[in-house]
Amino acid sequence: MIEFWLLGVVLIASAVWTISASKPVYSVVALLLNFAALAVLYVTLSAEFLAVIQIIVYSGAILVLFVFVIALLSSGVSPFSVGPNRLPKIWAPAGIVILVALGFLVYAVSQAAMVAPRTPNGPVGAANVFGSVADFGTALFTVQLLPFEVTALILMVAVIGVITLGLEEMGDVPGRRRDEAKVERAMREAILREGTD
Amino acid sequence: MAVPLGDYIALASVMFFIGVIGVIVRRNPLIMLMSIELMFNAANLLFIAFARAWLQNAGQIFAFLVITVAAAEAAIGLAIIVTTFRPAKYVDVDDVRTLHG
Repeated sequence: MIEFWLLGVVLIASAVWTISASKPVYSVVALLLNFAALAVLYVTLSAEFLAVIQIIVYSGAILVLFVFVIALLSSGVSPFSVGPNRLPKIWAPAGIVILVALGFLVYAVSQAAMVAPRTPNGPVGAANVFGSVADFGTALFTVQLLPFEVTALILMVAVIGVITLGLEEMGDVPGRRRDEAKVERAMREAILREGTD
Repeated sequence: MAVPLGDYIALASVMFFIGVIGVIVRRNPLIMLMSIELMFNAANLLFIAFARAWLQNAGQIFAFLVITVAAAEAAIGLAIIVTTFRPAKYVDVDDVRTLHG
């Protein structure tokens, strides 16, 4: 019980820090804290494999990708601008939406508060215990094989998309001449200039 | 020792709405993407809490799927940000208005 509330405070504080940090690098650090706390929470919910995946995939891959992009983009003339945000324009509708959502939240909590997580049916980590890696893997490769294959498809589509975008950036799309890519890049720069004016 | 399921719902909802506020308010596309990651993780927390409450590991499998989707989304989103904002001085989503009509 106490660990839940400690982790909950860390999760909410780091989430607020993520969206309010002045520089994206600080946001990445806050998000890292958030993901680490979430991984601990997953262990308390006996999702061992997902806790490890949370650290490896989120903290190890996605956040490092964010750091790379921040380094790539901010190497230009000026640092990131925080700029004026949109809060003055949207606070009224957003406030209404959040109040309605909190109403639903109170309702959901009052409805679901009776169901407490059950204790595991054996020692944590052993095979044939809910949430152990063996249990998860067995389910993933037998009953839930289709979702697993869909995962592979999603990753392949993502890889093809990213390669296409990267080739466009370099102007090396097969079947397109180099000057066409140059024209396209000039157009993109013009669009950004127009927006800034 | 058991934590009521409603508390997990409350925690995940608060995290999700912090993410929503981040996407709406911030103009830096990188921080908007990170807010989307927050929302993904709030959903994941609920999947895993419900899986634990009813001892069904389908919830964990779905959380695994969500993590994959989040990774794909981050890769493509960051690639789009890099291709769009490479020539720009400031990284600001309000500067891109081509689809505004």
